[in-house]
Amino acid sequence: MPVSEPISGKKIWQLRSRNQTLTRWFATFAAVSIFMWCWKQISDVTTWFFVWDAPRIAADIGGRAMPPRWSYISELWEPIWDTFNMATLGTIFALIMAVPIAFLAARNTTPSTLFVRPIALLIIVSTRSINSLIWALLLVAIIGPGVAAGLMAISIRSIGFCAKLLYEAIEEIDTSQVEAITATGASRWQVMVYGIVPQIMPAFAGISVFRWDINIRESTVLGLVGAGGIGLQLQSSLNTLAWPQVTLILLVILVAVIAGEWISAKVRGAII
Amino acid sequence: MSSALDSRIGSPWRKPNFIHSPVLRWGLLAITLVYLFFAFNSIDVNWTRVSEGLVRGWKFVKAFASPDFVSRGTDIYDGMVESIIMAVTSTVVGIIISIPIGLGAARNIAPLPVYLICRGIIALSRALNEIIVAILMVAIFGFGPLAGFITLSFATIGFLAKLLAENIEDMDKVQAEAVKSTGASWLQWINYGVQPQVIPRLIGLSIYRLDINFRESAVLGLVGAGGIGATLNTSFDRYEYDTTAAILLIIIAVVMALEYLSGIIRAKVQ
Repeated sequence: MPVSEPISGKKIWQLRSRNQTLTRWFATFAAVSIFMWCWKQISDVTTWFFVWDAPRIAADIGGRAMPPRWSYISELWEPIWDTFNMATLGTIFALIMAVPIAFLAARNTTPSTLFVRPIALLIIVSTRSINSLIWALLLVAIIGPGVAAGLMAISIRSIGFCAKLLYEAIEEIDTSQVEAITATGASRWQVMVYGIVPQIMPAFAGISVFRWDINIRESTVLGLVGAGGIGLQLQSSLNTLAWPQVTLILLVILVAVIAGEWISAKVRGAII
Repeated sequence: MSSALDSRIGSPWRKPNFIHSPVLRWGLLAITLVYLFFAFNSIDVNWTRVSEGLVRGWKFVKAFASPDFVSRGTDIYDGMVESIIMAVTSTVVGIIISIPIGLGAARNIAPLPVYLICRGIIALSRALNEIIVAILMVAIFGFGPLAGFITLSFATIGFLAKLLAENIEDMDKVQAEAVKSTGASWLQWINYGVQPQVIPRLIGLSIYRLDINFRESAVLGLVGAGGIGATLNTSFDRYEYDTTAAILLIIIAVVMALEYLSGIIRAKVQ
């Protein structure tokens, strides 16, 4: 136990020894210095006049944005349908592609740890680290603007996410069930269907609903880069400074997100 | 019992159906098929445009073989540094703000009015997509990394405060009560009874959030909120796929490095 002894000779208990305290102090000092340096970089490129003016601007925009233009909703039904389709079909496609990748990436089911597993992991990492908006930007350039680009962007971005969670679930399965099925003389595929799949089914359902919820959120903004959905309307309303329409669209998005979260919570509650 | 058994003997075992009620089973299948039919019909793909685009797509794939880090080197460097700066500052500020909100959103610590207010803040922050917040922040604060920093801090609050609150609600009551029974004040109770239980998880989550913030900061530039996104968007618009490939490779490398780092740190604190 770290103890300090002042001149009077009476021992005093301390939480940390002197060296630990010094190390901690220097670590804190370094962290604060890094933060201050970073903050200075941001501060240097900021026009502070605009920032001090911000409350007035915010009030001004708020004043223009109210009340929402309710009649605009008639033009929004189709984009809402598109957005919903992008999220749902995107999730379905992503799951179709994620399942084999997850089986190839899981240590206990992969055919080859040396060759196949690294490739599967590379696919997972690269699709996961790039945001769906960047995928959409790329796909709009390749296959043209529209719902199809958004759909593909959503599904590519979701592959990594679903496959990662799924292969972790596969690696955590109970091996005794698999052994029991293997002991009956089942083939590799039969072991998979009767030994592994039933064990990961709850995880699979949870992951797909969870990702669907996230995809609803993401598909609302893909239109900003031209990939269809309600984001297109948002972009055009912003460009024409039609703030009452922007308010209505934001409200619709908020309702969609909350509904998506509610549905996914209900479904997950029913499954697990 | 025995009659049920008798009728089963001789017939091979069949896997029980996933959904027992046949009406529900076929009904759900039919609804799914009808939905898929309508959903696919509403997607119109311009195939001539796609075939033209595939050439460009192939060019993009080939660009990954020869990424160009040099010709836009300074732009990439500046954008990357700005992205990292935004990620770091917003994570720090987000953590500082989300700790009190997380404490307030834990039902076993906070009184009901505080709980409701804090849960409201969390719900609002989680419901709004980063890009939408960024658009509003750019409109209010002007272009630049400050708007991105505010956006990411706001998003961090919803994420960290929610998980922190859930963590506090799941904590071991015995330790906290032991500290309380020594006559500790409220702050001492939080500091010695609650904090040691949640801090390892909080550190892990913070590193994870730093990772997310970096990834998000890469797209905030699309709406003018600073970071590498602006450079990325420009390179797309100018069909400079070599530069795009270079930027994407750097993003993937940084994300992988952060993930590796977070794995090490999490293993150390837990």
